[in-house]
Amino acid sequence: MTDTTPILQIRNLDVRFRVDRKHEPFRAVKGISFDVPTNTTVALVGESGSGKSVTAMSILKLLPENAIVSPESEILYAGKNLARATLADMQAIRGKEISVIFQEPMTSLNPVFPVGEQISEVLRTHMGLAPRSARERAVALLNEVGIPNPQLRVHSFPHELSGGQQQRVMIAMAIACEPKLLIADEPTTALDVTIQKQILDLIASLQEKHQMSVLFITHDLGVVGDIADHVVVMQGGEIKEKGLVHQIFHDPKDPYTKALLACRPRLDRRPVRLPVIEDFLRNETGPKLEERHRGTAEGDAVILEVKNLTKTFFLKEGFFGKRAVPAVKDVSFRLRKGKTLGLVGESGSGKTTVGLTLMRLHDATSGEVLFEGKNLLSLTDREMMAYRRRIQIIFQNPYASLNPRMTVGQILVEPMKIHGIGKDQRERVDHAFSLLKRVGLSEQSFYKYPHEFSGGQRQRIAIARCLTMKPDVLICDESVSALDVSVQAQVLNLLQDLQDEFGLSYIFISHDLAVVKYISDQVMVMNEGAVIEIADSDEIYLNPQQDYTRKLLSSIPKGLEHQAA
Amino acid sequence: MSAVLTENTPPRAPQESPGLWTLAWRRLLQDRVGMVALAVVILFIAMMLASFTGLIARDWSKESGVSYANPAFLAGQENLEAKAVAAGGAVSKAAPVDLSDVDPLAPRYKEWEERAAKIAVTETKRAETLAFGGDKWGRDVLLKVIKGSEVSIFVGLVAAVLATIIGTFLGAMAGYWGGKTNDFLEWFYNIFTSIPYILLILAFAAVFKKGLDTIIVILALTGWTGIYRLVRAEYIKHSAREYVKAAQAIGASHMSRMFIHILPNASHVILVQLSQHVVSFIKAEVILSFLGLGVPVDMVSWGTMLAEAQNELVIGKWWQLFAAGASMALLVTAFSLLTDSLRDALDPKLK
Repeated sequence: MTDTTPILQIRNLDVRFRVDRKHEPFRAVKGISFDVPTNTTVALVGESGSGKSVTAMSILKLLPENAIVSPESEILYAGKNLARATLADMQAIRGKEISVIFQEPMTSLNPVFPVGEQISEVLRTHMGLAPRSARERAVALLNEVGIPNPQLRVHSFPHELSGGQQQRVMIAMAIACEPKLLIADEPTTALDVTIQKQILDLIASLQEKHQMSVLFITHDLGVVGDIADHVVVMQGGEIKEKGLVHQIFHDPKDPYTKALLACRPRLDRRPVRLPVIEDFLRNETGPKLEERHRGTAEGDAVILEVKNLTKTFFLKEGFFGKRAVPAVKDVSFRLRKGKTLGLVGESGSGKTTVGLTLMRLHDATSGEVLFEGKNLLSLTDREMMAYRRRIQIIFQNPYASLNPRMTVGQILVEPMKIHGIGKDQRERVDHAFSLLKRVGLSEQSFYKYPHEFSGGQRQRIAIARCLTMKPDVLICDESVSALDVSVQAQVLNLLQDLQDEFGLSYIFISHDLAVVKYISDQVMVMNEGAVIEIADSDEIYLNPQQDYTRKLLSSIPKGLEHQAA
Repeated sequence: MSAVLTENTPPRAPQESPGLWTLAWRRLLQDRVGMVALAVVILFIAMMLASFTGLIARDWSKESGVSYANPAFLAGQENLEAKAVAAGGAVSKAAPVDLSDVDPLAPRYKEWEERAAKIAVTETKRAETLAFGGDKWGRDVLLKVIKGSEVSIFVGLVAAVLATIIGTFLGAMAGYWGGKTNDFLEWFYNIFTSIPYILLILAFAAVFKKGLDTIIVILALTGWTGIYRLVRAEYIKHSAREYVKAAQAIGASHMSRMFIHILPNASHVILVQLSQHVVSFIKAEVILSFLGLGVPVDMVSWGTMLAEAQNELVIGKWWQLFAAGASMALLVTAFSLLTDSLRDALDPKLK
């Protein structure tokens, strides 16, 4: 590293978006400056709306048409100001000198061409390779990114590969021309934790091998610790803090950075409440919180018992054939009253199907779900109505689980009407108002539509809807996975408060092991539809009995714990 | 939970915030083309209602002008047909032949002429020109167009509403229930669409008696298929959505999920389909009447006007064709543009 000039220098980058004629353009990035040094990895960290992706896309001029980059902005790459470069200049740079990996590999690959063809195209365009040598190079690249049988796989179509393999193909395309700078825009967010680890390792090894620089964009500080040398923390279009990864983790200066570090649940701590950003803005050091004890005892009352639950889906095959796809295989567990059972597993492990089946949103193939001694699966629809209200579910995507054409008031009053809770409309409306207040929303919210709320607020509405029916069991199906870390902390705190207040029992389904560890008394690990291990939450993390559990645990980004230790 | 219930009632907020419909209306207001199109459509509907209530064009059938009266702006043009009628019907160039010896009625002609003379015939003065010309019987083309709009727009609107109701209901059934219901309805739909459209209409028209209601029924019964297909797709898409699952989880019934939860979310598709079908049914009525399977002879519609116009065009009387054709084109264009603007305004993806 004799050359000390950074490969990329961003100076006073300012990006606005025109919304419509009436409003002032929205300022997404507010005059930021930072460097990407040669042969290093810089992580750009921020929550949604922080302007991190806009910053990255403006480097390659991939912003939408309504974006205005102010004339003072400078993006210096190899002595050129990319902010002023022509389209022809940019096309020579894109893919060859600077390349990008996007978040969703499934939508970034063209579904109608074999992956080998897509990689060769890049090589033919930028390196001027002949078709035959481009094909050979494509095989070598697939081999390099760790795809088994690359000779065969060049002919595969994207849908024939798994999510992780698709992301590997995207990386192969990105490094095909040996770029000097690789921009990775949330490359692991859509992937399972074990796959995430493999992809992170791959990017790190490629960075070292090819001596390139990486601009790694992510919302997850945990990932940053594993991969980055420098960290830039953004919030609301501004840089809050930048520095070496070690300094950011050990000695954060900005309260926002401190809060981001603190509000993510960690494997080694379990405070009574998770700290939230407001705590840090009020008080520089943040709250000192005592640890919460979790676990179950033999004598705890059992509210829900699942015995040998099995769910098989049937796929049509040929004219008359059916193929059985077992989604849940012989699952048994007990949920204790006032406690939380965490359900972890990778995508396709059947954890969501368990939740939906025991609510009878899917029909079970066999098994029993005993609730107060009654087998819910054998009840008629009419008998089930009485129990329906007592087991409720909060879905993953707060944008999809609320009807966009109903006001929050209608959403909250509807279940009370169905179950005859409250004497008359007036009493129901009063109850709805008090629940809105309980979940921390204003009274005005009653008259608004879901699209006027942020993700965290919508999840609060969904929680309030469940509470209207005074349930005993609440199934949280990835309920905080789509939320930003700071919002996630608030919703987790709310769920915990409600459990303490009303003695609710939770089944908490998540792929995020740190969140499950934080909120659960007992944890059940699932893989391919079967239960791998079930134990108290501390027990399973300190002393995993099964290989699969160990593998899962070792995949968790250890950035925070390592750095803090 | 009782602690929550006993809390004081908070003050009520006075106004609701804008819903999706309000927002859609605001977007439509900003669309100039859409607003002009809306104004034209409203004008046509007002005209139709005024004609229906008898405010205007009540005496459309009065033969107020000479045969094929010239339009006012073409007053100078020679009108051979009117002269021929004035000269007393067809003027034969051949010499008159005395038929009295072979004609059995010959002795009575004199008596009849005497009786006819006793009846007072007041020959009203017929106008030489009319505002937009006249037809064969001297009826005002402008009034005919106004009266004709009544039938055309009424048929278009009512048939489109009926077709939309049928299509939406069947589409909702097939999309929501899936399985056997879906198979049966798909099979039914495929049979319906495998028959050429115009042949199907002609078959229906041949079976039913002639009349306005028949046309409406024919169009509704043959036109629901497109709406069915789209609504079914919407229902398949939406019934898998989480908000519908959430409704099931709170115990909402099937009917409630189908029509209270999903229907408003598919309403933009249905509304746009409705207005597109109004356009195509106005055209379909014209085609039916043109083929002689449409409205009865004592009524006028744009279609019957066009059917008449084909003979007139040969002798150079183009105004009836122009009047009916232009008003239909104007309405249909305005309606299509309005539909486009509606679709843009209602698309929830923009939000």
